[in-house]
Amino acid sequence: MSSLQSTSAVQLSIQVLQSEFAGPFSLDIYQGECIALLGGSGSGKSLFLRMIADLDPNTGSLYLNGQSREHYSAPEWRRNVIYQAAEPAWWERLAGDHFSNEEKEFIKPYFDSLGLSHAILEAEIIQLSTGERQRLALLRSLAKRPQLLLLDEPTGALDIATTLAVEALLMKFFQAGLSLLFVTHSEEQAKRIGHRLIRMHNRQLVA
Amino acid sequence: MNVIQLQPLDLVLASSLLLFDAAISVVLSLGMHRQLLWSSVRMVIQLLVVGGILHTVFSISSPLTTLGIIVVMMMAATYEVAARPSQKLSGWQGYRIGAITISLTSSITVLIALLTAIRPIPWYDARYAIPLMGIVVGNVLTSASLGIDTFLSGLFQAKGVVEARLALGETSQQALSPLIRDAIRKGLIPIINQMSATGLITLPGIMTGQILAGAEPMQAVKYQILFMFLLAGGGGLAAVVSVYLTAHAVTDKRHRLRLDCLVRRRK
Repeated sequence: MSSLQSTSAVQLSIQVLQSEFAGPFSLDIYQGECIALLGGSGSGKSLFLRMIADLDPNTGSLYLNGQSREHYSAPEWRRNVIYQAAEPAWWERLAGDHFSNEEKEFIKPYFDSLGLSHAILEAEIIQLSTGERQRLALLRSLAKRPQLLLLDEPTGALDIATTLAVEALLMKFFQAGLSLLFVTHSEEQAKRIGHRLIRMHNRQLVA
Repeated sequence: MNVIQLQPLDLVLASSLLLFDAAISVVLSLGMHRQLLWSSVRMVIQLLVVGGILHTVFSISSPLTTLGIIVVMMMAATYEVAARPSQKLSGWQGYRIGAITISLTSSITVLIALLTAIRPIPWYDARYAIPLMGIVVGNVLTSASLGIDTFLSGLFQAKGVVEARLALGETSQQALSPLIRDAIRKGLIPIINQMSATGLITLPGIMTGQILAGAEPMQAVKYQILFMFLLAGGGGLAAVVSVYLTAHAVTDKRHRLRLDCLVRRRK
């Protein structure tokens, strides 16, 4: 049991969540908790995250701060429980066009710590490296101020120094109350920032 | 009107041009002579059958017969709307969307023409209702199938983008709006091209047919203008209705993208 489990309230309670392809899953995520999800390729980690974000058809009960998922419209739910895919997608030509003015102001203070140029918002998406896009996608998700962030291999395209910078940023956010469930293939990373490690095998959570 | 009556021999003489095409195909090894001859035979048989049916329907002059013919035309167009896109919706969804689009948009367009501009007596006169419906259904079919095809192909390509937008809390309507806009635009292109080229690059079929049948050129032009407006209206309506219905079919109440509703066409 992590120390958070005795001091924090449950932020997201997942009860018997299942789909045609994965589950059932039951898990409590505490406020400010960071859970690392490990498992082999094809074990169902991304499916689990997508089900929590309600992007794939599923059954089961989910409660965010005690409120049932049915209480929220689907877009409202996803603004509070944001899922970020391993390969984030972009749809505007310029990076900055993916952010509102208020979101731009919110993310700018984090550019230096993540090693991003302040001119990145004026850059064309196709000019950015995979690593720059991945960091910018993380900021795009954080700018929505979710209560829970579901990250699928958020540092998969980054070198170790940048990975550590991203981890430091994430720690700031979950110390401020953001909960995080992230997929990683690195035991070291899971141990570095995860309050808890959970594993998945054959589309089931294992002890 | 002074219509010059065509005799069978006139048609036989005209068909010699087709034999010339077939000969070119043989000489240049294009391998299309069989196709050319077979499609021309089909064309002749189909038109003779249609002519016979129309002759009978016009002489019966019964609203029920007219309705029956129109329903058959709509059913054939519905099948085409469902079958043409390279990405197809599973089950009956494609047919449902095709049926709603074709029946709704072509009925509205034809009724407007019959009740406001042409005003035959009675308003459902088969001689006006059936040809009018034929030309409108054909146009609506093109717009709807182009719109649906563009939307579904675009969706297949941009699945990641749509899901990313949904994951950030957009509604399915917001996430799909660029694809919807592109598809509607594509559905409208044929009629816009047709309107731009009319009279300048081509003399349109309706006008040419009327002039050949002895109508005054200005009268034929007025009919053509009326038809262009009808076709533009019907085509636009069909593109909008078919694309929105398709967008609705590939999402669910929880604003999820349901690509499991698609059947990929085997190549």
